[in-house]
Amino acid sequence: MQENSWVSIFPEQASTFAWEVDVLYFYLIAITVFFTVGIIAVIFFFFVKYREKEKFATGEEIHGSIALETVWSIIPFVISMTIFLGGAIIYFNQYRPPADTTEIYVVGKQWMWKMQHGTGQREINELHVPVGRKIKLTMTTEDVLHDFYVPAFRTKMDVVPGRYTTLWFEATKPGKYHLFCAEYCGLNHSGMGGYVYVMEQRDFDNWLAGSVSGQTPVQAGQDLFQNKLGCASCHAAGQNQRGAPVEGIYGEEIKLANGQTVIADDEYIRNSILNPQSQIVEGYQPIMPTFKGQVTEEQLVSLVAYIKSLSGAGGSSQTGSGSSSGGAATGGAGTSGGSDANSSGLIPRRADRGDTNSMGSNPNAPKPMSEPSNRQP
Amino acid sequence: MQNVDAINVGNIKEEPRVNYLTNGFTLKSWLLTKDHKRIAILYLVTVSAFFALGGAYASLIRLELLTPASDLLQSQTYNKVFTHHGIIMVFFFLIPSIPAILGNFLIPIMIGAKDLAFPRINLLSWYFYMAGGALTLYALLRGGVDTGWTFYTPYSTTFSNGYVMAVGLGIFINGFSSILTGLNFIVTVHTMRAPGMTWFRLPLFVWSHYATSLVMILGTPVIAITILLMALERLARIGIFDPAIGGDPILFQHLFWFYSHPAVYIMILPGFGVISELISNFSRKKIFGYEFIAFSSIAIAVFGFLVWGHHMFVSGQSIYAGLVFSFLTMVVAIPSAIKVFNWAATLYKGQISYDTPMLYALFFIGLFLIGGLTGLFLGAMGLVVHLTDTYFVVAHFHYVMVGGQVLAYLGGLHYWWSKITGKMYSEFWSKIAAIIVFVGFNLTFFPQFILGYLGMPRRYASYPDEFQVLNIFSTAGASILAIGLILPLIYLTYSIFFGAKAPANPWMLPGLEWRTASPPPTENFEETPIVTWEAYEFGEESGLDLEDARNRNKVLV
Repeated sequence: MQENSWVSIFPEQASTFAWEVDVLYFYLIAITVFFTVGIIAVIFFFFVKYREKEKFATGEEIHGSIALETVWSIIPFVISMTIFLGGAIIYFNQYRPPADTTEIYVVGKQWMWKMQHGTGQREINELHVPVGRKIKLTMTTEDVLHDFYVPAFRTKMDVVPGRYTTLWFEATKPGKYHLFCAEYCGLNHSGMGGYVYVMEQRDFDNWLAGSVSGQTPVQAGQDLFQNKLGCASCHAAGQNQRGAPVEGIYGEEIKLANGQTVIADDEYIRNSILNPQSQIVEGYQPIMPTFKGQVTEEQLVSLVAYIKSLSGAGGSSQTGSGSSSGGAATGGAGTSGGSDANSSGLIPRRADRGDTNSMGSNPNAPKPMSEPSNRQP
Repeated sequence: MQNVDAINVGNIKEEPRVNYLTNGFTLKSWLLTKDHKRIAILYLVTVSAFFALGGAYASLIRLELLTPASDLLQSQTYNKVFTHHGIIMVFFFLIPSIPAILGNFLIPIMIGAKDLAFPRINLLSWYFYMAGGALTLYALLRGGVDTGWTFYTPYSTTFSNGYVMAVGLGIFINGFSSILTGLNFIVTVHTMRAPGMTWFRLPLFVWSHYATSLVMILGTPVIAITILLMALERLARIGIFDPAIGGDPILFQHLFWFYSHPAVYIMILPGFGVISELISNFSRKKIFGYEFIAFSSIAIAVFGFLVWGHHMFVSGQSIYAGLVFSFLTMVVAIPSAIKVFNWAATLYKGQISYDTPMLYALFFIGLFLIGGLTGLFLGAMGLVVHLTDTYFVVAHFHYVMVGGQVLAYLGGLHYWWSKITGKMYSEFWSKIAAIIVFVGFNLTFFPQFILGYLGMPRRYASYPDEFQVLNIFSTAGASILAIGLILPLIYLTYSIFFGAKAPANPWMLPGLEWRTASPPPTENFEETPIVTWEAYEFGEESGLDLEDARNRNKVLV
């Protein structure tokens, strides 16, 4: 870690693509050093060798050389294309989340980060994740732009009001890493940060067991849908159904009244709640009022999670989070399926250092299960 | 050679009765002047004042960052300080400095014209600059803004309580100064060239200003439109950028960078022009690959409009859009590389002298190499995800803007100082200052590359303790840099009053600006020059009496 040396030059590598970014970085440093040192050396050589023999002497008349110009246009072009390709490949790794991710919801707010685990744990300015699991953050903000940045993971993503952005990573090394807000967001911008705690699976399970978990996003969403916001009065299947169905739609193509089709993703669900008139499903009347101003971003995230959970097969990113700890997901705080009662009592929060390799992998590590909250309305 | 007469041999014996400086001493003769040279002096004084103010803000930033805690300045103040630093330096120093001061002074002389095509508009553009500057200063003094110079929405339109609109209006008005200056340069270069001054005999300084002017008149209206849209949203609550009222915050970033990325080239292209002059003239030979350098400026101006999305790789824009912008960013690096290679090749078999301007040119190449190559880091998408919004970006653009533009500006100012003022500065002190600037600059900004890769975000009033050592280096470097920048202010001012009188052509150079008196008469030339030589012609055809100059020099020695 950084404390080991007087001044560190490189940050820790703690995600699967961190080394790729570092390799590209070293490649570019090599190019920079080669050209800078090379050209400066040539210039110094010329400076010394061709220093003026006499005041107002005339240098040799040379106009230029098409051959040389071609060479020193093509070589930088070829080199820059290697940089471009390397960068593009890594970028695609960074920004295209794999299918089997555990989803965590993040809402940025001047000046804090609110995290919501699929299992119901909520955190502020801290994020606990297990090592070796693919984590996908679905993020939005209640106010201005923010940016979720973990240098040790070599990734960041802007958090944009009015839409969802996603960030994924797979941590490779237990530890405590800086979380920064990297997009200027006003007064306390530099205070908007905290730590990401990467833990061994067993420690993570202990942490899950030892921390209070409230409603899971799916449960919260269900509560909102059926009771608090009364969505079910129109959207529940049955004779009284006036609104478009919400079961089984996630990830599917939806035909709109204007003939277009859209994919029902997080963004579509969010938009349909806030601007129901903008995308009318074919065959339904534009009678839904807007819920803008009545739901917070955190509630929206829960509604999205709930509607996703109604599409069992389609909710690819849901499988991880919904099942990571079946006990918690079904509502029992502190009875997480993956927990060991002893260790949860002894070590409620193994937060800082995951030097627990000796424990090996957890036999109770989560396995995909059926959706615990997938109830028919 | 007879008809070319005395002005062309580089040895003017008799002084003009009245030069542009002695042609009127009243305040009115300055404030209502239509002489491009006097307007350049007006810019020199005011732009320098803004540079000093921007520098003062920079000092505050570095002092605050000496310690991890936000102690010298509270966050609230710090946020305003870095915002003010950015706004003043970008809009009121970097953009106008070389074009409005050196370009204004030299372009008509270099092409053998009496003035710019529209002298009154030239004066008007200075008044636009002053009006915009005064309004901005007023707003800054009243309380200022804390949005960052980028004014990202919805923070700037909905959340910030500062004087956003007053500053925006200041920048809006100042934009007209850029547009009019660009327009003036383009028309002047097209229509006012002296007989024999063909396009390919133009000094590269003129070519680079021509390219800059294209960017100014095509790009600046976009920032004006953006500011207007911002005003509509902020004042009338029309939803354009704020999603809470139906807008799109990313749209602002597109519009902003559509101007502000090309604006980077407004800042650096004139610097390229200066360096081309210095390298060629102090090697006393033709520049290598004239046409390639000339057209690379145009290429940069054109491609510069197509790369704005590389500021938005992490904004959530489509990853496929990112691919296109990354590719074009790599392409725009090629013309810059061509320039550097041609400069290096120009030195080959030259007769190189180590005068102060050449020292600046040498430092420029070194720093611009690092600044330009680190730009590739920020164009490589996989790397920029980690690096963007960190100190790596801060270091990169300061290497280009300070290590590049400011050094080119200082080099140019020294180079043409004798022409502008008619006085010689101290060679000793100017060399000392140049070396101090170089050392101080590197000590200030090199550690920031490392800080950036370690992950220190920019615009942080406080930071984790482990970043302190590198920040101390940076602050120490900044104090050295400050000394290096204050020194020229002293010895250049001193030279105006006590400096040795400058001859018309102290280095016996072929450019037209060296074939008129120092300082030049109001009309620039006693009679219209007829150009019979190529650019950077040091041979017989230049018409310079080099033999005579060498003999005179021997006598002196």
